[in-house]
Amino acid sequence: MKVVKSVSKASALFLLSLFFLTGCDIPVLQPKGPVGRQEYHLILWSFGLMSVVVLIVFILFAVMIIKYRANRKDTTNYDPENHGSAKLEVLWTIIPIIIVILMAVPTVTSEYNLQKSPTPSVKPLTVEATSIQWKWVFKYPEQGISTVNELYIPKDRPIKLVLNSQDAMASFWVPSLGGQIYTMTGMNTHMYLQADEIGTFQGRAANFNGKKFADQTFDVVSQSSSDFNNWVQTVKSTKPALTMNEYKKLEKPSVVGKMAFSAYPKQISNDAMNAKFGGMEGMPGMSDSSESKSSDDSAKSGSKADDMSGMSMKGGN
Amino acid sequence: MDQLMHFLTHKFFVTGEPMIYGADVAIAVATIGILFVLTYFKKWKWLWREWLTTVDHKKIGIMYIIAAILMLFRGGIDGLLMRSQLSFPGLKLLDAQHYNEIFTTHGTIMILFMAMPFIIGMINVAMPLQIGARDVAFPYLNAISFWLFFWAAMLLNLSFVIGGSPDAGWTSYTPLAENGLDPGLGENFYLLSLQITGIGTLASGVNFAVTILKMRAPGMKLMHMPMFTWSTLITSVIIVFAFPVLTVALAMLTIDRIFGAHFFTSTAGGDPMMWANLFWVWGHPEVYIVILPAFGIFSEVMSTFSGKRLFGYSMMVWSMVLISALSFIVWVHHFFTMGAGPAVNSFFGVSTMLIAIPTGVKLFNWLFTLRHSKIRFTVAHMWALAFIPNFVIGGLTGVMLAVAPADYQYHNSYFLIAHFHYVLIAGTVFGMFAGLHYWWPKMFGHILDEKLGKIAFWLWMVGFNVCFFPMYFVGLQGMTRRMYTYPANAGWTSLNFIETIGAFLMGIGFIVMVWMIIYSARHGERDVTGDPWDGRTMEWMTSSPAPEYNFATLPDMSGIDRFWYMKQEKGAVEKWRKQKIEEIHMPDNSGRPFIMCVLFFIAGFGLCFEWIWLAIVGLAGILLFMVLRSLFDPDEGHHIPVDVIERTEREAGRL
Repeated sequence: MKVVKSVSKASALFLLSLFFLTGCDIPVLQPKGPVGRQEYHLILWSFGLMSVVVLIVFILFAVMIIKYRANRKDTTNYDPENHGSAKLEVLWTIIPIIIVILMAVPTVTSEYNLQKSPTPSVKPLTVEATSIQWKWVFKYPEQGISTVNELYIPKDRPIKLVLNSQDAMASFWVPSLGGQIYTMTGMNTHMYLQADEIGTFQGRAANFNGKKFADQTFDVVSQSSSDFNNWVQTVKSTKPALTMNEYKKLEKPSVVGKMAFSAYPKQISNDAMNAKFGGMEGMPGMSDSSESKSSDDSAKSGSKADDMSGMSMKGGN
Repeated sequence: MDQLMHFLTHKFFVTGEPMIYGADVAIAVATIGILFVLTYFKKWKWLWREWLTTVDHKKIGIMYIIAAILMLFRGGIDGLLMRSQLSFPGLKLLDAQHYNEIFTTHGTIMILFMAMPFIIGMINVAMPLQIGARDVAFPYLNAISFWLFFWAAMLLNLSFVIGGSPDAGWTSYTPLAENGLDPGLGENFYLLSLQITGIGTLASGVNFAVTILKMRAPGMKLMHMPMFTWSTLITSVIIVFAFPVLTVALAMLTIDRIFGAHFFTSTAGGDPMMWANLFWVWGHPEVYIVILPAFGIFSEVMSTFSGKRLFGYSMMVWSMVLISALSFIVWVHHFFTMGAGPAVNSFFGVSTMLIAIPTGVKLFNWLFTLRHSKIRFTVAHMWALAFIPNFVIGGLTGVMLAVAPADYQYHNSYFLIAHFHYVLIAGTVFGMFAGLHYWWPKMFGHILDEKLGKIAFWLWMVGFNVCFFPMYFVGLQGMTRRMYTYPANAGWTSLNFIETIGAFLMGIGFIVMVWMIIYSARHGERDVTGDPWDGRTMEWMTSSPAPEYNFATLPDMSGIDRFWYMKQEKGAVEKWRKQKIEEIHMPDNSGRPFIMCVLFFIAGFGLCFEWIWLAIVGLAGILLFMVLRSLFDPDEGHHIPVDVIERTEREAGRL
């Protein structure tokens, strides 16, 4: 364990010094929560191991090309028949195997750990997130409120994210807090995150999902739990409710600003959406799907899509 | 009339972009120029006889390589445009749509229309010579493979000015690439052009494997073959297993888009995730298809210019076999973030790490090939040597990406972009450049200028590292791939600007290389011996450029590096050259592969525009050619008489 620590420490020192030299902010290497921190330690450990290999190869490479250049003075050690050594070849088979084992063990353990809540003693806050071209809709089933492009969370409490997509596949990523998970139609994916500092962290959609992909960003605002509760109360008392009509506007591909709603319709909960996609509904997010969502005028949108040769539209319903 | 005009300006021709109007003009001027030159110098007949109808593996190889260099230019321009757009935050050089099209074509072209033809070209040029074959096993099929690739490349490039470019990324993930979210014709061009070139590649895989297994020189056992030929054999086997998956996946998505099926939509029971799986079940082995032949070239070049046998020959072979097997069970590492669960991610993470073991073995074998050697720093060898440190950076960051939980933080970020450019450029592209310098005399009879070659080499070396190394860090800072712009307050500006400088250095390096090729054609040192590098393998036994029939006679070729040992034995080479010459049977040229592939192009173009009648016309024509070939084509070939062979050999100074 001591070796693990010192390798990780050396890696951290090296990586961070590079950044202080350039004066940049590197969220992945400055994690603000237990999930990101676990991933960060794995990054350091693998970076350290790999650095050792890089160092060995670079040194060997430099020695070889300098020592054995054709125009050296003494070429008596030239040996054209030297073409193998069982001892050496076994050596450089076994060492990589050891390195792979050293990487594989923490990989598998963290892989299983990250499925669990980072702080099992605290009841997690469930947030449903839905990606729509090019925005994020967040729903708080316990609080009954909803936001767009901003995710408020209480500090020190695990957040259980339940994610899906309204159209293309997107990826939910908050580099400061931890790694990504894809969002897809018709099914939920899950991820835990937790912040142990107060602050605002940048999040984005990390998987290309169409024209304005680069603009699909959101803020994660981490607050003390009392501030978070106050925020919930403020939203409930001052913001309008999200109506189905309003949501249909959001369903259209667009870039929008931050929004908050005191309530949201049941039909847009993740499970209700997924059930819908699993059925025979037309593909969501299609050109002008917003009018056609109410099933009675889907024929109209079918003829529209025909122009773009979208026969797949007709298969709907 | 109005309808026609509306169709032409809104659907057929891409309109509204000054850059595209520029391309229209450039394409028109270039086409008129080519037609004029061919007519003025009366070269039409020559073009048809010597090139368009040829079945000679060496000429087909040269055509592949020329096409690959042209595609490197096109893909490189795409890259430079992207880097220019990202050099400062908020630039408006390209809009979001245009940027999306350019990164899509950059990836698609670089992998399928640059790396693949470059490799297949190298194999065509060198492999039959390395095993002493007259040609590949199926020369007619080889011509079909080339023209399929060529017309597919034309189809994809056409989409820039006609119909619109694809814009869903080179991975073309569904449901984004489906009609509903991506209407328009661009994706159809992607699907059809990949389909057509994929069929050609599959045929090449079969062709090369049969050639190596059945047509080796007398005495040459599998474990005597040059390492490049070994890498070709293994690559061919991967192609034969991997490409059918691509063919099926493309066909399914084409049926979705053109005929309204639902294989990859959530509607009607389809599964969008299935595309990502099928794509990478092909796509990961594809990575090894483009890297293993480069490994083969490095082995040849390092052994030749070190004047030493390759260290650990059999370990090198078995490492490649192991890599090829593992390459089929790692595809999920392209989407650890899909939420497949810890057991699946652990399996694919560890299987990915395992690839590092045989790759590491190869790396140390190369390093120890240099030990106790005499290293000659020719340009070919410099490219091969530079591969080692650069590829190690790419390979080891690849191992870091295999740590699945850490990958959650790297995925889709510039860290990943840096990684795969380090392996694909330092591996495949450096390999192709090494091979280009190494086999150029065999192709054209003269050596590429070493001085210009070294200038280009250093421009690339600096440019490559300046462009891609900072990407690791900008990735850790949270910048994702495929962003057409970024805000000024993100803190990514300085690194992005540095990257752009590096990209342009590589661009200058490319220009120097083109100049080097032109300069060397006039002033390059002529290769009169056929063995300019003191080579070790069979291709250096024949004259440069090699005659149509490759070798007048063949000696016993048992043993590794037989030619090199023949040169040490007194009188061995002379004895072989005095062997009795007999007439040689060679395949006939044919214009049919070319015409048949034009029909493929027509069918593909028809499907892109969903003009089913045109597709049927094209497909019917293809069928007709296949029937003709199967039923009415004796294809007896011709014999080169002894006196012609003797005259050719005498002119080359070998009798």
